[in-house]
Amino acid sequence: MLADRDRVFTNLYGEHDWHLAGARARGDWDGTREVILKGRDWIVNECKESGLRGRGGAGFPTGLKWSFMPKTSDRPCYLVVNADESEPGTCKDRDILRWEPHKLLEGCLLAGVGMGVSATYIYIRGEFYNEAQHLQVAIDEAYAAGLLGKNACGSGYDMDLYLHRGAGAYICGEETGLLESLEGRKGQPRLKPPFPAAVGLYGCPSTVNNVETIAVSTAVLKRGAAWFSSIGRPRNTGTKIFCISGHVEQPCNVEEAMSIPMKELIERHAGGVRGGWDNLLAVIPGGSSTPVLPKEICDTVLMDFDSLVAQKSGLGTAALIVMDKSTDIVRAIARLSKFYKHESCGQCTPCREGLGWVWRVVERMVDGDATVAEIDTLQEMTTEIEGHTICALADGAVWPVQGLIRHFRPELERRIAEYRAAAPREAAE
Amino acid sequence: MSEPVSGPPFEQPADFEFTAENLERAKAHIAKYPPGRQASAVLPLLDLAQRQSGGWLPRAAMDRVAAILDMAPIRVYEVSTFYTMFNLRPVGRYLLQACTTTPCWLRGSEAVVAACKRKLGIGIGETTADGLFTLIEVECLGGCVNAPILQVNDDFYEDLDGAATERLLDALKSGTVPPKGSATGRGGSAPFKGKTALTEPPDAAVAAGWTRNPPGAEKQGEKEDAG
Amino acid sequence: MPKVTIDGQELEVPAGTTIFQACQQLGIEIPHFCYHERLLIAGNCRMCLVEVEKSPKPVASCAMPVADGNVILTQSEKAKKARHGVMEMLLINHPLDCPICDQGGECDLQDEAMAYGFDRSRYRENKRAVPEKDFGPLVATHMTRCIHCTRCIRFLADVAGVPELGGTGRGEDMEIGTYIERALSSELSGNIIDLCPVGALTSKPYAFVARPWELRKTESVDVLDAVGSNIRVDARDGRILRVLPRLNEAVNEEWISDKSRFAIDGLVRKRLDRPYIRRNGRLVETDWRSAIELAAERLKAVPGERIAAIAGDLCDAESMFALKLLLGGLGAASLDCRQDGARLDARCRPGYVFNTTIAGIENADACLLIGTDPRHEAAIVNARLRKRYLRGGFRVAAIGPALDLTFPVEQVGEGGEAVSALVRGDHEWASVLEAAKAPMLVLGQGALARPDGAQILWAARAIAETCGLIRPEWNGFNVLHRAAARVGGLDLGFVPGPGGRDVAGILAGCRSGETEILYLLGADELDLTDTGSAFVIYQGHHGDRGAAHADLVLPGAAYTEKDGTYVNTEGRVQLARRAVFPPGEAREDWAILRAISAALGRALPFDTLPELRRHMAVSHPGLAETDELLPGVWGGFGEVGTIAPAAFAYPVTDFYATDAISRASPTMAECRETFAREPATAPRTGTHG
Repeated sequence: MLADRDRVFTNLYGEHDWHLAGARARGDWDGTREVILKGRDWIVNECKESGLRGRGGAGFPTGLKWSFMPKTSDRPCYLVVNADESEPGTCKDRDILRWEPHKLLEGCLLAGVGMGVSATYIYIRGEFYNEAQHLQVAIDEAYAAGLLGKNACGSGYDMDLYLHRGAGAYICGEETGLLESLEGRKGQPRLKPPFPAAVGLYGCPSTVNNVETIAVSTAVLKRGAAWFSSIGRPRNTGTKIFCISGHVEQPCNVEEAMSIPMKELIERHAGGVRGGWDNLLAVIPGGSSTPVLPKEICDTVLMDFDSLVAQKSGLGTAALIVMDKSTDIVRAIARLSKFYKHESCGQCTPCREGLGWVWRVVERMVDGDATVAEIDTLQEMTTEIEGHTICALADGAVWPVQGLIRHFRPELERRIAEYRAAAPREAAE
Repeated sequence: MSEPVSGPPFEQPADFEFTAENLERAKAHIAKYPPGRQASAVLPLLDLAQRQSGGWLPRAAMDRVAAILDMAPIRVYEVSTFYTMFNLRPVGRYLLQACTTTPCWLRGSEAVVAACKRKLGIGIGETTADGLFTLIEVECLGGCVNAPILQVNDDFYEDLDGAATERLLDALKSGTVPPKGSATGRGGSAPFKGKTALTEPPDAAVAAGWTRNPPGAEKQGEKEDAG
Repeated sequence: MPKVTIDGQELEVPAGTTIFQACQQLGIEIPHFCYHERLLIAGNCRMCLVEVEKSPKPVASCAMPVADGNVILTQSEKAKKARHGVMEMLLINHPLDCPICDQGGECDLQDEAMAYGFDRSRYRENKRAVPEKDFGPLVATHMTRCIHCTRCIRFLADVAGVPELGGTGRGEDMEIGTYIERALSSELSGNIIDLCPVGALTSKPYAFVARPWELRKTESVDVLDAVGSNIRVDARDGRILRVLPRLNEAVNEEWISDKSRFAIDGLVRKRLDRPYIRRNGRLVETDWRSAIELAAERLKAVPGERIAAIAGDLCDAESMFALKLLLGGLGAASLDCRQDGARLDARCRPGYVFNTTIAGIENADACLLIGTDPRHEAAIVNARLRKRYLRGGFRVAAIGPALDLTFPVEQVGEGGEAVSALVRGDHEWASVLEAAKAPMLVLGQGALARPDGAQILWAARAIAETCGLIRPEWNGFNVLHRAAARVGGLDLGFVPGPGGRDVAGILAGCRSGETEILYLLGADELDLTDTGSAFVIYQGHHGDRGAAHADLVLPGAAYTEKDGTYVNTEGRVQLARRAVFPPGEAREDWAILRAISAALGRALPFDTLPELRRHMAVSHPGLAETDELLPGVWGGFGEVGTIAPAAFAYPVTDFYATDAISRASPTMAECRETFAREPATAPRTGTHG
């Protein structure tokens, strides 16, 4: 188990003062200037050394991403923080935004120096109204204390920081959808290339990072890459906030070491599965896009990027949705299909048309109103959608369905058989 | 917004002007973005206009925002119909936004929705006759470890069940807005029955990197070999 | 330059080339819906997916620049499977109403479905139905068929500069429309019909009229403005059913204005289909023999200096040539083709054409508009100006009343005063033009069609010469015409000869009795309320203003009913071709003149159109050089003199009614009515792009 001294988010539960004074008392904004003075290259390198991978879902190495920003640019460069936390199951950034806002701001400044940005925009989902209030207060406090803006922290470095509220669209969590939204348009993801590091916000070099990534990077830079990378496994280093929701005794967020076994995580922090571990049906391990894992995998799987990929799922946002044996697993996945159908921006054909189709078929399968052959059709439909769109929303939308078919096909077939037995004419159509 | 809230026909106001106070706020929003990039302020300005208009966004307000931001009106309509938080029809004083996505559903969002329907006598997308409540279904609100969640206007009410939902609605009806947050009284996202982490007081020196890392770090390092 | 391998063929292409373009170079067709080479890339339909080795996912070829060493497979299983999948998704919500869809037979979706569709649908759910929209009198909508490619949105926003269409809602509920119902107010809106790859946007006037395979297609040019847009005229059973643009990169690319496209229903209304003679104040029908004899008799009875002729805006060069030859033989010198009184100078061709050329606009970096509203006088030219503006580094200023050209225009004066200031060098734009690398000015009829027009023409020449618009490799002096006949008329010298009268003089002569015969060749834009005792012969195709005041009406042919030479504002000679025969007893115009000459006993020296053209080529060799721009010799034109400070007035006040054909068109009338309710020029959106 991770020791409290190794926990970065010491106010994860909001027990302490989140304002500047309180944040300072926990070590925030302390040593910031010293890190800045170590310079841009040191910052990027330290981040690379730490093995930190993006905490927003894709797990891209953060230091590498930062290094993509041009060393010299005739246009301004931007850091854009993705606080559009909307992946079902995920509520970790919310705690940082409301209880650790200064850690995020400090991270923005340090990352900003690492990438030579002149301004940072934090794009927060619109529903996080109160979280945005906290963050804005924190921003005002930081400006008033000279920590942001001109000569931030007395370092000679200038960086402005602005908060931008969204207005209800999951797709704005996709980095280029977010940039579109920030520019005042529908959040429709952009074609890549060009990538944001070359053509991002307002056509300028930009990097989009997740809230947790930026916030945790303060610890990486202040406590050192060696410390950070000593936690977890190679390629899966550091601490991670896990969100444990669903059928557990104690749903909670907790910061733990990467690579903690799933079972240990759930039992130690979330009070275990409702009705005991043996009552576990399945876990969606990393937010709704990651394919569901049945109990037998959950028994042993480690909570990190590589272990979960090996199980054809993913760490995603490290948000576990736990389902006990009482769960109607088909309905649980059907509801996710509805979510993705609802959140599709509508731009690409396979996503716009396909997700509605997928949802309607899965919805019928909840009652078994389908044919066994349709399970194969459904699987094929998901492959027609996956990988064929501008952004990854559609991929994330069909993975849960693929996971359902992979692990719960007998359940689907059972329902179809039952439905046909009850209403043979109707089912035969 | 994606699902239009149904209801009786309503009138679109002929015009819209920001109040002097909101106009100042609008200007402050616009000032966040580089010159010529004022369209970036479209979401904040539409939000301001919606708040000023009693929780919904009249067309005249969209046109006003378009004019202020030098945008083609259709670009503003695209935006206001894309983002779910813009209500294109009038809504009740309390907009009840029940999350029914899987994590909330697993924790009993159906009971929350049922309580709303039963207590208020309205269905999804409907507004009570007294204009006090509109009930809508929303997608994941991002508070899943505090599920199920009912968002009332700007505030999240968390860890609800049917009874807690009814108590909340009763309070709102009687004119008091209960404190937001968990119905169980737990702090944020910590476990109900006591913390399993962060039991020691924070150590600023460690956090700031001034103190050498605790001995535990070496142990973590060993684990690395094991992996 | 990156080297790529596509389906086994190696190819070297410039950096930045997309995979789609590279495939095109090899003649490999990639199915696509959203991609259009003249629109911004959207990459949303996903039909053009190809396999690129080492790329885990199939790649949208329209949006992906090639990288050196790419190995691209367009026909691999992976690529085909991806397209089959996209096609299936496109079709699930698309109605199977091809038999009643106007796009049938020319539908991209139909065509591609033949290649990539399944033979049956696996879709068991209900199909989506989308409420109909009303886009005004021109574009019919069937939005249930929409595949959301957004071509129409992108065209209106980018090419037309009238951002009125958008995609509202999201996901499967996204709808293309105006959100608040309104008619599309672009002069180019009809192009979205051609762009729509399915039957979602179709032509309202052409609804359920014909199938494409029933049509006889004639390649021609448009004459309803002076652009000379290349068109295809589709007819069936002797009736013109529709006009479509024809590709000409130099002129109209692949766009045409709504007037060019939709005014054609005016070709069957108010037509002069037999000769008329005025008896007791009323026009009564007559036969050709009596009409020709009367014309000859009258012409014979009057000395040449008392005969005058005015050629209208829609005339082909051949009929003007024949008329000039006929009346010239009678000694008439009072000929004019400048109905509006524009003081154009026929002496020097570069002084009356658009020297920069329409395509050449794209090379300019500063443009001064003088008394012209190109959006309404030549919508296609305006689109080219806008295209240039979108590329950046292009300043445009206008002298004249405020304009909305769909892109930012600095208003730097109202009229004559600003022109005078420019000549003096006492105007900011004198230095802007001087400093520009490729400056151009566009002189419009609003500046020329006034008493001091010749002086303004001189001034414009002076500005061009002093501000460096005239260089060995660049000519930035341009006249923008509105009349399709005008440059041809000037080329033919259809202007007053020695001692001859111009338009104003001719009309004054009619009133004073000095002009006894007025021959109007399709001239309908004149004030003919008082022509004194003059005998007015009107030869033309519509019962419009000219015929209404005529004593003798000779029914001619419209541009779609004869082979004719037209010279556009650039001086580009192009051929219009006969798509149908003229109605009733109407005849081709040159033949009518030939008949009169015979009756006069002074037969013109040609019996056929080719013979006429041979004669015309001898005296005007330039008119035989079709589709070519011949360099002219810069020289003197215009007249020195004072310029009145008065503001210019733009010639086009109603885009939808500029000539006898559009005035007779019910569709154009409907547009007028629609935009009288909603101003055609929408309130300034302010996006300027």
